[in-house]
Amino acid sequence: MNLLFIAWRNFRYRALSSFLTTLSLMLGVGLVVLVMAIYGIVSEAFVRNAAVGYNLVVGPRGSALQLTLNSVYYLSQPIENLPYTEFMEFFPAEERARMVREYGGDPALGERDGVYAGFVAGGYAIPLALGDYFGEFRVVGTTPDFFEKLRHGPEVDQPFTFQDGRALKTFTPENQYFECVLGSRVAAQTGLGVGDTMNPTHGDPEGKGHGQGFQIVGVMSPTGTPNDRAVFVNLEGFYLLEGHAKPIEDDAIIVPPERDPDDPRPPLLMIPEREVTSILVRNGNVMFAPGMQNRINESGRAQAAAPIGEINKLMSMIVGPLLSALLVITLITCVVAAFGVLVAIYNSMNDRRRDIAVMRALGARRGSVTWVILFESLIIAIIGGAAGWLLAHIAIYGAGTFIEQQTGVQVGLFSVSQFEWLLLPFVILLSLLAGIVPAMAAYRTDVGSNLSA
Amino acid sequence: MLTIANLIKKFQQPGGGELTVLDVPRFEIANGEQVALIGESGGGKTTLLHLIAGMLAATSGSIRIDNIELTRLSEQGRDRFRAATIGYVFQTFNLLPAFSALENVKLGMSFGNGRVDHARAMDLLDRVGLADRANYRPKQLSVGQQQRVAIARSLAGRPKLLLADEPTANVDPASADLVLNLIIDSCRDESIALLMVTHSMEVAGRFERIDRLEDINHIPALKQV
Repeated sequence: MNLLFIAWRNFRYRALSSFLTTLSLMLGVGLVVLVMAIYGIVSEAFVRNAAVGYNLVVGPRGSALQLTLNSVYYLSQPIENLPYTEFMEFFPAEERARMVREYGGDPALGERDGVYAGFVAGGYAIPLALGDYFGEFRVVGTTPDFFEKLRHGPEVDQPFTFQDGRALKTFTPENQYFECVLGSRVAAQTGLGVGDTMNPTHGDPEGKGHGQGFQIVGVMSPTGTPNDRAVFVNLEGFYLLEGHAKPIEDDAIIVPPERDPDDPRPPLLMIPEREVTSILVRNGNVMFAPGMQNRINESGRAQAAAPIGEINKLMSMIVGPLLSALLVITLITCVVAAFGVLVAIYNSMNDRRRDIAVMRALGARRGSVTWVILFESLIIAIIGGAAGWLLAHIAIYGAGTFIEQQTGVQVGLFSVSQFEWLLLPFVILLSLLAGIVPAMAAYRTDVGSNLSA
Repeated sequence: MLTIANLIKKFQQPGGGELTVLDVPRFEIANGEQVALIGESGGGKTTLLHLIAGMLAATSGSIRIDNIELTRLSEQGRDRFRAATIGYVFQTFNLLPAFSALENVKLGMSFGNGRVDHARAMDLLDRVGLADRANYRPKQLSVGQQQRVAIARSLAGRPKLLLADEPTANVDPASADLVLNLIIDSCRDESIALLMVTHSMEVAGRFERIDRLEDINHIPALKQV
């Protein structure tokens, strides 16, 4: 009969005390695993959401973090806008000239390359116009390029797909400029789908309705990015909404757009009337990104921020320390639970002294009875630790669908977060340490005085 | 089998000084011999058994068992020796409550050479008439049955010397007779030397050799102050 079996028998004999001690350790370990999992999911979600294919976000001067939160996460308070001409600076002369011809504006704009066009070469610049809401969801005015050029996923190589319908187009005869696409969560939460109409409100979720609806032409497949909780409307339609045209300054030079008299399309806003909230930029060669970022920031008109850098800053300055504090608190819970192991076993030592003396009388060495107590601690640690770990993983797995919907992070039953593998050895070590005090009491137990005649 | 010479045991007193409880110039038991040692309470009977079992260290003198000088062994050596050579039956049985009757018997084998012989454990339980109670916990057994399990446990490690400390003191007369027979017969069957301490002349009367503690211990019980 080995010492582990003897310890197991003792564990079972004091069933209630053993159960309660193991339960407290199990809850401690479960909490730590949950916090570690949340830490991992939050970190992955942040990085994943920031990895959207573009390397810079350009917007009005101010807080780079707020610009990132607005443009990448569709969070935070709305920010100011940039004139459309700032967006045009990312394009070569011929594209700028086409814009002038199509929208109307100062012809001089089309006579030169944009100041950042050389940096973009081979990449893209996609405009975003924010400020409207559909219920709690942000409305994002953008162009079809958003769906054609952006990628998502862990490798940032997956194009956006649609569970129903298609991407929006700049103009269709049936919907004209008023098409929109719903993110998967918006569709799931509102129950709207292709063929329905979405009416945005101006300024905030409780704001005034625009009166002009957008025809829903597509519902995106889940991406696990903030795009799941956004409504994408055609930028030209967004401009045409009431109150979205910027007043034209008196000294503005405007040549009206070249229009075919038979063109059935309604006129668009002219360049001086247009604004963008931010511009998503990917450099054809990412080596140009730092140079372009400096150039933009030195221009005094706009700022450029690297989303991943901003998110990492947010993680390291706010989210990371908060999660670390939470982790420390839960680890303390584990230590308290281990202290409970010490108290439970130590309190039972008075009852055990006679048993220990009997074992010693049967020939057990001091070391053997010491190990019996340590093994009992070990049993509590292994059962409590394993049960806590399993319980936490079952809970995480149970919430897997919700987590994936909210963050895009997939969690399996045995998805192990970083450092989690250290937890069980840590708990075992902690429990063995807790077992040392009662084990030493067992070691010191005097046979003669503890044996009845 | 057992030879004691000039054995002295002193205890430290809480207030300082030493209290001598045993001074045994000579005491011997031959192989397979059965001896009853009678004496008054407080006369040092249990202390003598603890010294012979190696659970206490002697202050001076010699305890030689099976040609091994016990007083020269370390505590660990005495533990090993006890597990391999000595069986012990307590007055209050001292079965471990967390273990079944069978497991209690097996515990008697666990600390010797480490080999647990299930068949022997069952055979011993059968011999004490408790094979059908093998899986009972001590609290599910009567007092007499508990002492019979304790006897089986004391024999489990095939000891050469069995020490029995008032084994019938806590059992009813009918069980006492059965317990006594079991101890005496088992030791005879397995050629185990037996030293039983008792204050009962009736129990001692079952032995061919009866020694009085006051004859071998030079410290009289009433003078242990």
